[in-house]
Amino acid sequence: MLSDLVQYAASGVTVGAIYALIALGFTLIYNSTHVANFAQGDFAMLGAMTTVFVAAAGVPVVAAGILGILAAACAGLLLYRAAISFAKNSSVLGLIVLTIGAAIFLKGVAQIVFDKRFHSLPAWFGTEPIKVLDATIQPQSFVVLAGAAVIVFALVVFTKKTLIGKGILAISQNQLAATLVGINVTTIVTLAFVISAAIGGTAGILATPITLTSYDAGTLLSLKGFAAAMLGGMGSPMGAVIGGLVLGLVEAFGGGLISSAYKDAFAFLAILVVLALRPQGLVGSFVRERV
Amino acid sequence: MKKLSGHPEPHNVGAASMTAAASLFTAASAQEPIKIGAVLSVTGPASFLARPQKRTIEMMVEQINASGGINGRKIELFLYDDGGDANSARTFASRLIDQDKVVAMIGGSTTGTTMSVLPVFEEAEVPFMSMAGALQVVKPVKKWVFKTPHTDTMACEKIFTDLVSRKLLNIALVSGTDGFGKSMRDQCVAVAPKYNIKIVHEESFGPRDSDMTTQLTNVRRKSEVQAIVAPGIGQAPAILARNYKQMDLKTPMYVSHGVASKEFIQLAEGGAENARLPVSALLVGDKLAQNDPQRAPVLAYIKAYEAKHNQPVSGFGGFMHDGFIL
Repeated sequence: MLSDLVQYAASGVTVGAIYALIALGFTLIYNSTHVANFAQGDFAMLGAMTTVFVAAAGVPVVAAGILGILAAACAGLLLYRAAISFAKNSSVLGLIVLTIGAAIFLKGVAQIVFDKRFHSLPAWFGTEPIKVLDATIQPQSFVVLAGAAVIVFALVVFTKKTLIGKGILAISQNQLAATLVGINVTTIVTLAFVISAAIGGTAGILATPITLTSYDAGTLLSLKGFAAAMLGGMGSPMGAVIGGLVLGLVEAFGGGLISSAYKDAFAFLAILVVLALRPQGLVGSFVRERV
Repeated sequence: MKKLSGHPEPHNVGAASMTAAASLFTAASAQEPIKIGAVLSVTGPASFLARPQKRTIEMMVEQINASGGINGRKIELFLYDDGGDANSARTFASRLIDQDKVVAMIGGSTTGTTMSVLPVFEEAEVPFMSMAGALQVVKPVKKWVFKTPHTDTMACEKIFTDLVSRKLLNIALVSGTDGFGKSMRDQCVAVAPKYNIKIVHEESFGPRDSDMTTQLTNVRRKSEVQAIVAPGIGQAPAILARNYKQMDLKTPMYVSHGVASKEFIQLAEGGAENARLPVSALLVGDKLAQNDPQRAPVLAYIKAYEAKHNQPVSGFGGFMHDGFIL
């Protein structure tokens, strides 16, 4: 029984780490514009698919991965410059709908540029499972976890220590005041989109050896990542990771101990309960009111 | 990978209504092209089924027209993509009948889309050749509806026959929650008593789940389970096969005809090594006996398809080939 519980935990951590990686991508865009970017999962798909196809053309996987991240970053740049920046004066809800449109657009482009088949990438340290108490976990799960840890660390340093990162926080507090003290709002918000998209692309590439990828993989990733970010506290990097892991573990233990047929239902029930008791999420701070 | 010998013949329902279809062909004037409709799920989650089907039907129409058509009449193909969505499949089906006035329709890549367009063709009395796997498409027997792939029941029976011959009578069902997985699960449960097979445990997985070790852990805990049967379609069974290997399970695993393609074996990364599944003659074309009547047409199709698309065949395109010939 103990080894079963450990196996559920391993499964939950594997899935949760992927949710956490996607959730991390929501952070910067949310902090700078209060928009939940529903194209985040599609950035992940774009990064992964680009890597798969560039690698298939004979380029070493590492170089292909860098190109994949760049492709996602370009998509983020385009999303801001070609869509969001023209609609600056619309409500947050309008901007969110714009990102959903961008997600559908990316999916459409991907099925023409790439193909409609399922693809995988080789796991970084092979597929020989690691044994813990009769339970097994794929080595790639640790790669995903490590990736999430590195990104959290980088994000915290970026927003707390660098001038640009502080600029993002300033913009989220009060855009007019930020402009008055000499912060170039457009440049910084563009940068937030580019970095978020690059995080998304990285997430897709790290997760693909476990989840496989295809042109339409983004939608579900966006939804689960968004759920994880909400659960942990929108805008907080630590919250994204905690939310992702909690979501993954609830799914695994609910599915394992009660019934796998209601796996997703447990996850959403957990989110409902948390949001009812703590609307700001598990580790989120108070909800900022825009006046 | 071991393969059970399969059911290559199209699943024919009523010979009488086939001739009704044939008479429709000859009734129209000799010069007009024969209009054939197709609604396939070329995009969306079932795209890996429908893409080979689309390529096959286009290739066949090209071939037939190049060699002078049927009785001197060219074939005109009306192809629509329903994106795997049952609602749009139905819209396109109505358009095929009302606007394009087709004499026959091939399509319905999945059970869901097939079931939604079915009444349209029954009402219009236009023959409809489905490529869906589930049994309820042709049961109860409908006058204008046919299907080419083997039914879920046949697949279950094939698996169960093999289980009985290996004396593995206590099984665990791990099925997908999509239409295909559900339907095959129901059929397997229905025919199990006939083979004295006991389903001692049941689990399910979503079509987009990325980790199924939880379900396999629960199966492992039940020591009486002698074999795992996993009806499902798409990428999920490939991940299941990977997790199966990851957990180093020894229980024999059977997957469904819904994953019978080379892609599945690639994606499963060795997890499919000892899995068994029921397939049609197409996938074992070069392994068929020399004197098998299925050999020649099957190999001819494989050659034509691979030459044209530079991609290995998939069994799903083969269902299309069969449907079209009929």
